[in-house]
Amino acid sequence: MKKRLDVVGKARRRVDARAKVTGQLRFADDLSMPRMLHAKLLRSPHPHAEIVSVDVSRAASLQGVHLVLTGQDFPVPFGIMPVSVDEFPLARERVRYVGDPVAAVIATDEQTAVEALALIEVNFKILRPVEDAIDGLRHPEPRIHDYGEQGNIHRNQSYEFGDVEDSLRKADFLFEDLFFYEGNTHLPMEQQASLAFLDGEGKLQICSSTQNPHYLHRQLARVLQIPEARIRVVATPNGGGFGGKCDPGGHEFVVSKAALLLGRPVKIGLTREEVFYVHRGRHPVLMKMKTGVTKDGKLTGMHLQTLLDGGGYGSHGPASTFYTGVLTPVTYHYPRFKFEACRVFTSKPACGPKRGHGTPQPRFGQEVQLDKIAEKLGMDPAELRLKNLTKADSLTASWLHVGSTGLEACIRKVTELSGWKEKHRKLPRGRGVGIACSTYMCGAGVAIYWNKMPHSGVQILLDRSGTVIVYCGATEIGQGSDDVLAAIVAETLGVDTGVVRCVTGDTGIAPVDLGSYSSRVTIMMGNAALQAAERLRASVAAVVSETLGTLPDRVVFSQGRVFAADNPGPGMTFVEAVHMAEAALGTLSAVGSYAPPKPPGKYKGAGVGPSPAYSFSACVVEVEVDERTGWIHVPKIWMAHDIGRAVNPTLARGQVIGGVYMGLGEALMEAQSFRRLPEKLSGALVHRAPSMLDYKSLTSLDMPEVEVALIEDPDPNCPYGAKEVGQGPLLPVMPAVANAIFDAVGVRIDEIPITPDKVLAALERKAKGEPARVGPEAFPAVPYPEPTFVLPPWEEGDGKETKRNAAAAVV
Amino acid sequence: MLRLPWFDYRAPRSLGEAAAILAGEGPQAMLVAGGTDLLPNMKRRHQTPKVLVSLRNVPELKVLNGVFGAAVTLREVVENPNSPAALRQAAAQVATPHLRNMGTLGGNLCLDTRCTYYNQTEEWRKAIDYCLKKDGKTCWVATASKRCVAVSSTDTAPALIALNASVFLESVAGKREVKAEDLYRNDGIEYLSRRPDEILTAVRVPDGWTASTYWKLRRRGSFDFPILGVAAAVRMSGDVVEEARIALGAVASRPFLVEKAGEFLKGQKLTDEVIAQAAQLVANRAKPMDNTDMDLYWRKEVTDDFAAYALRELRGDDLREARLRTARHVP
Amino acid sequence: MLARVRQRLTVNGEEADVSFAPYKTLLEVLREDLQLTGTKHGCELGECGACTVLLDGEPVLSCLVLGRECEGRSVQTIEGLARGPELHPLQAAFADFGGSQCGYCTPGVIMTAEALLRKNPSPTREEIKVATAGNLCRCTGYQQIVDAIEDAAAQLRAEAK
Repeated sequence: MKKRLDVVGKARRRVDARAKVTGQLRFADDLSMPRMLHAKLLRSPHPHAEIVSVDVSRAASLQGVHLVLTGQDFPVPFGIMPVSVDEFPLARERVRYVGDPVAAVIATDEQTAVEALALIEVNFKILRPVEDAIDGLRHPEPRIHDYGEQGNIHRNQSYEFGDVEDSLRKADFLFEDLFFYEGNTHLPMEQQASLAFLDGEGKLQICSSTQNPHYLHRQLARVLQIPEARIRVVATPNGGGFGGKCDPGGHEFVVSKAALLLGRPVKIGLTREEVFYVHRGRHPVLMKMKTGVTKDGKLTGMHLQTLLDGGGYGSHGPASTFYTGVLTPVTYHYPRFKFEACRVFTSKPACGPKRGHGTPQPRFGQEVQLDKIAEKLGMDPAELRLKNLTKADSLTASWLHVGSTGLEACIRKVTELSGWKEKHRKLPRGRGVGIACSTYMCGAGVAIYWNKMPHSGVQILLDRSGTVIVYCGATEIGQGSDDVLAAIVAETLGVDTGVVRCVTGDTGIAPVDLGSYSSRVTIMMGNAALQAAERLRASVAAVVSETLGTLPDRVVFSQGRVFAADNPGPGMTFVEAVHMAEAALGTLSAVGSYAPPKPPGKYKGAGVGPSPAYSFSACVVEVEVDERTGWIHVPKIWMAHDIGRAVNPTLARGQVIGGVYMGLGEALMEAQSFRRLPEKLSGALVHRAPSMLDYKSLTSLDMPEVEVALIEDPDPNCPYGAKEVGQGPLLPVMPAVANAIFDAVGVRIDEIPITPDKVLAALERKAKGEPARVGPEAFPAVPYPEPTFVLPPWEEGDGKETKRNAAAAVV
Repeated sequence: MLRLPWFDYRAPRSLGEAAAILAGEGPQAMLVAGGTDLLPNMKRRHQTPKVLVSLRNVPELKVLNGVFGAAVTLREVVENPNSPAALRQAAAQVATPHLRNMGTLGGNLCLDTRCTYYNQTEEWRKAIDYCLKKDGKTCWVATASKRCVAVSSTDTAPALIALNASVFLESVAGKREVKAEDLYRNDGIEYLSRRPDEILTAVRVPDGWTASTYWKLRRRGSFDFPILGVAAAVRMSGDVVEEARIALGAVASRPFLVEKAGEFLKGQKLTDEVIAQAAQLVANRAKPMDNTDMDLYWRKEVTDDFAAYALRELRGDDLREARLRTARHVP
Repeated sequence: MLARVRQRLTVNGEEADVSFAPYKTLLEVLREDLQLTGTKHGCELGECGACTVLLDGEPVLSCLVLGRECEGRSVQTIEGLARGPELHPLQAAFADFGGSQCGYCTPGVIMTAEALLRKNPSPTREEIKVATAGNLCRCTGYQQIVDAIEDAAAQLRAEAK
């Protein structure tokens, strides 16, 4: 029986708030156990070297040292993606970046472990490091890994949906632009920590700040060569994740192995510098974007080329490589689309998934290029976008299914709130506004490892106390997954979230959920929870309907009461209903699970990009630029986000503002960049700024006011219509900043971050009559493969790969 | 967790006792007051003193009567109604509110010079085979340089130099007063003229300035060390400059007085043109290196703008908007 | 060198006798020797604000305070803020206004805000931002933190009347 919503959509104190504001919440490093030992890692001082020998004898004999581990203790490699299993917990033969772990000391306290690290002697044979992606293309030897496409190319792929050259030829205008997006990192406030021990049955348990306990569970079994059933992973609440705690980390295997060998609890807490080395953050990406457009502003096609600097290991790289292409055609309709993407191994910490995974980079280029197109055509950039929007329930040229879309509403709302029409091209010199849009997945359509099982499972137990216990493997990383879980269950069972207890992130207790990544939790965990709760509600309704004198589907559960829809007066409390049902049926429990629908694309590679739903965002940024210094001031940002429905508006708004914050940081200052010392004098290739002081993130004083509009039009594929909000609102901020700077002072900064020195340099070029632009000047010759050719749906394609000449016959 | 190395700890209760400990222990002892500079450095093993001599309990260093005791916190400097504007603005922009609660005026004046190749952990510095300032042979900022070019990053020193302040140094051998600018040497390693057995006890600021100001360039509104500091003080007679002192920070291994600019301004009215010329004289002296945050050419290029902000503010222009944009708040 | 030092300090209003390794900072003493893990750490170098506690009423970074310098002094941590079973208005406001997302910076920010409101019961939004400019947060974008502190200030003013 449908009812008005009691919980979903209402601003509420999140379920884990009290523990957080009282300091009661236990993060991984807050845990301690009797007889606990402490681990520290020795890390490589070289960016690329062979390990000739490791002598741990002096370290092992230091008083207080219990164990020293090296690569020899870990013969089996790990890797989050089955196609990139290329990493050892401790390096065995080769180190691939400054900071690659080589050995571990386990001692009575951290201070002793640190002292012992200094006693380990490692002989390295230095190899030439690869500085960046272009350097890696130029120097196929020495290879960083002995697998991959060729030389130092890790992944190389090409997809073409319809004859793109033809679509560009037939356009009235062809725009060709180069963009560069510097890498940056998650910088979670909590440094990763893990505590491993043997439980009372002698089984391994690890409590760790991980976003993906399920994947860690599988990798632990693989690396330690013990059955999964003998391992329990507890994801402690993450003090911020943002993608940085998705990959298993070397430290997690080290403490697990040590606990197994020593039979004592072993803890490790990474230092801030180590967190920068674990990284797995935003890939630096060089992009070339060719777009055709008609005189009246219709896009005809796009050819996108990307070159990713992957760092020393695979990580999520194969997926990241795809993501620099696949979501590009989701916001606007491109009749044809081609993307080529290449990821190169380099001698730096591995890149991976950071909030927006692979998509902020091309989105930046795409949205800045649209601004250039609007400028050239004399159109309002907002109008140009409105003219090219993808439609609801449509397919892209690449066979992604766009379900609901609120992008038009987002653009209209954000332009209205910001006073766009009165401001754009109308503010005094030095002030400007810019607009940009974006989309993001509500969960990846396929799991990281191939399987036919659900992506999320939820079990609910109704206790006769009236407590609703909800079990799910989903992981609370600050985004509010526990709150979403509690809200959906509470709404469905007609109770307050206060009686719902979430037991999450624990592979030893809860059903599998794949983890907190790809903005999948609200929809996948939510749908599983909804199914479980609906099943339970039906069971209870069937029992109590007779007493209530109505049919089971006319029983209403609301605000802690259960009653007949057409006779709400009598009825019973939820607890009474539970008692009656338990008496009739026995212990009350139900499970639910969710797997996303099969994607319409059938070609190899069609699995990356599909999602049950996409969120959409539109952003307006206002800037003030000092033309003498290039100094950039951002007084205000407006963001409209198509969320389907906000489960808890307070949290949803927080995610939007937090996304804007992180996006603005990326736009203006955040950079995971490196220094190569003069080659003649040194082989060093070091992180420029592995500290909170030197890695620049916005402070309270640097953050402008953000005005948020949530566009709510429930999506039928999502629980109570709720789409994602964790990642999407970050994505349009960077291009909106760049576009606003153009509106303010007429210069294009085609690379991220946008800093005052670049603005000033562009202004100086402009004053000299040179192109008023700072950005990459050239795109290297990348040996992209022959594309997988697929015809778009409107060219009689069937979603499968086809021969190009077949296409010619159709056209 | 990054931890401190082992050390012995002494907490003298008087200045004499502190000086005696320092004399007895020699250079292996170091003074600690607020700890906000030394303790992070110790955690990264830049300094590993055998003995820490805490100045917390030395009452003589906390005076605020005519002089500023060295152990007065930066917050106390900000809140003291007698602090001249340049000093107050400089102190108010050091680091963060928390660090200003802890850090002292003396500590900020003795702040270790900084460099991107130096302010890193022991492990990081090992990866570049260390550097000239600590344990290595090469200055990675200027590989041909025989001198360490680590940058002076104190905010209060340029302010005090502009104000023509002096500092008192005391040891068991006696007490001396030196001009603030003479406390510093243009050497990233031996950056202070203070002897290891001396304690910086107090700062004296002469009266008579009509106005003073401090402008700081840094990327964020908080936390960051200066990548340019411009301090200026003027004594006016009507609208004519009788005396002007302009000092620069964070563009060399020491903060220094730009004498030419002061001489140029003497007897002049602060017209736009005069300000522009003086600002250019100031900018000519800035020689930033690639060892701090942000692009060094850009830092050089905007020096005259910041010098002009300072002089315009001294003229009486309302520069709160410019402050708000660059400093992110009006200190 | 002493293997351990022993001293007495006041923590959240109660006398505490504690012995600890002499190199430890107040942060380590609180978390490791007094089991008060509510105080967090994000850098241990004074670069993030997560470890903020009140020392003799002033917000300081416990990662840069020598444990040995705390003899006889008064320390307040997040654990001591609630009023028995009731949340302190700051805690309640952070919970209600979204001031805490992952919760890791939260104890440090709340302690900073507590010191601010003691001195300035009616801070402007600008003054709140200035006071909390030493606390990095990676989740919230600060706006809801400022909202929460504003609301708590109003609550506390109402209580004082």
